[in-house]
Amino acid sequence: MTIAASVAQTYDCRQAFAEELTALARADDRIVAVCNDSIGSSNLVGFRAEFPDRTFNVGIAEQDMVGVGAGLANAGLIPFVCAAAPFLTGRALEQIKADVAYSDVPVVLCGMSPGMAYGELGPTHHSIEDLSWLRAIPNLPVVVPADPVQTRAAVRWAAGHPGPAFLRIGRFKVPAVTPPDAPFELGRGIQLTDGDDVTVIATGTMVSRALAAAEQLRTEGAAIRVLNMPFVDPLDTAAVLDAARTTRGIVTAEEATVSGGLGAAVASLVAQHHPVPMRILGVPGVFAPTGSTAFLLEHFGLTANGIARAARELLDR
Amino acid sequence: MQMLNADPVTATEWRSRRTRLATSTPPQRAAELGKVATDLRRTVLRMIERAGQGHLGGDFSVLDILTTLFHGVLNVDPERPHWPDRDRFILSKGHSSAALYATLASCGYFPRAELDTFMAPMSALNGHPNRTKVPGVETNTGPLGHGFPVAVGCALAARLQSSTRRTVVVLGDGELQEGSNWEAAMAAGHHELSALTAVVDRNRLQQGARTEETNRLDPLPDKWRSFGWEVREVDGHDYRALVSTCTESTTGRPVVVIANTVKGKGVSFMEDRVEWHHKVPTADQVRAALVELGR
Repeated sequence: MTIAASVAQTYDCRQAFAEELTALARADDRIVAVCNDSIGSSNLVGFRAEFPDRTFNVGIAEQDMVGVGAGLANAGLIPFVCAAAPFLTGRALEQIKADVAYSDVPVVLCGMSPGMAYGELGPTHHSIEDLSWLRAIPNLPVVVPADPVQTRAAVRWAAGHPGPAFLRIGRFKVPAVTPPDAPFELGRGIQLTDGDDVTVIATGTMVSRALAAAEQLRTEGAAIRVLNMPFVDPLDTAAVLDAARTTRGIVTAEEATVSGGLGAAVASLVAQHHPVPMRILGVPGVFAPTGSTAFLLEHFGLTANGIARAARELLDR
Repeated sequence: MQMLNADPVTATEWRSRRTRLATSTPPQRAAELGKVATDLRRTVLRMIERAGQGHLGGDFSVLDILTTLFHGVLNVDPERPHWPDRDRFILSKGHSSAALYATLASCGYFPRAELDTFMAPMSALNGHPNRTKVPGVETNTGPLGHGFPVAVGCALAARLQSSTRRTVVVLGDGELQEGSNWEAAMAAGHHELSALTAVVDRNRLQQGARTEETNRLDPLPDKWRSFGWEVREVDGHDYRALVSTCTESTTGRPVVVIANTVKGKGVSFMEDRVEWHHKVPTADQVRAALVELGR
């Protein structure tokens, strides 16, 4: 499989999201969009122009926004509820739990510009807690696409999924790493490189960096298995346990707090079924300092070098 | 746990009562609704006695509203709870679940015998309603301030789908202290959702004290008017007045019915007493209450 991580071209996944959503809406009039004064930042300008009556901008009112989504879904519609991830998940968390997940209605919650995409705007605008919060809610797949190809696949999948889902739609530009023919199924990861020394399990913005780390380590003679895990929940337990059994350790990498996200999910699984040495990379329980997204990812070691360093620690044990 | 199934016999009785009520005089209609509501109060009392928990005060304040809506107003079919063009009903004050369950059972949404399981282990009838288990429930409520935004979504969907179906949401008055309600009220006013009706169970008590002592709601009608709503005030225990005010908007604006009610209505020693928010009656109190409720 070709590793595309070194390719210079990078993408804001919101574009792919908007194009895919609009294309789906042309074929299926059940698809509607709901947002909180975020037509621009959710990239819904084109959708609204084409489907003005199917675009519901509730204003700056996230609790109402998620409830409205649940009401639209009650009528057989498929609402994509779009807002900056910190406000969607933080402000409306109880609506996500009660009105959407517990009520079991097919609302697609789209957390735009997640992680530390809002860089210098600071921790109020960062969404690094979303994976932990939402993983704790039953009946709510938590999906973190890695690039535009996977974003499109996630949007298509969510539109056809009979229950609720949360999608992180990235703003921070990433290279395309997902093979066009890669499957996208509930709770299934994708193995991007083969190797039996260490496994790196990465999601979202960290996937291209994991591939770059694998390339670094390959030149040092280590074979790294890179698993792209678009579903933080439900986790691909078979792929994780296979990694635990057939490689010497697992590094996880996510643009999120280490308290309860992908790394915690993987650790919980392997600790109970096949304990192996692990390194969990993410934001370590602090509010981020001021800085751009790229700066903050560097600051927290969420880079190819940081991932490679963690993998070497496991190799050297 | 499967969704409960309809009780066709009760549904048939409900249907013939609806037909009869439609052609009765207003006093006859009020008398018949009153009989239904008294039966429901007795049922709720026994449910809460059996369960050893519940929210009697709010159940009794909202019961005449629920009775009027389900037996006299809403265009629904208990045997087809997912019929796409049904009116949508949402009880936002989900803690009045016993009143809702008793009302739904009286329409035949599910067998009355199921009420005996209220809050028992593995029952479909949780302390707060669950749409995946109880037919007639449109969204899971319980945390306050949730039902109203969902109702706004239901009304927006009806408009998009060119349906004349209505959406009716019942709100507690204390619940209106939750800000999400005012997000929803603002949106409904902005979109002029004339097919949306909110009924406020204005019993003036919340869990700990009077609403006006806790976080003042008055002047409540002015608040709604300023959000773009048509306001109707009514005695929430007057069936005739409830039937005539729970009608659709004629002004192109959403309608709020502020139903002035008495918490614990129907049992003298519970009426307007804050402690009956979720107090459970003793056996003696149940006997005394049943006497007052005509049996």
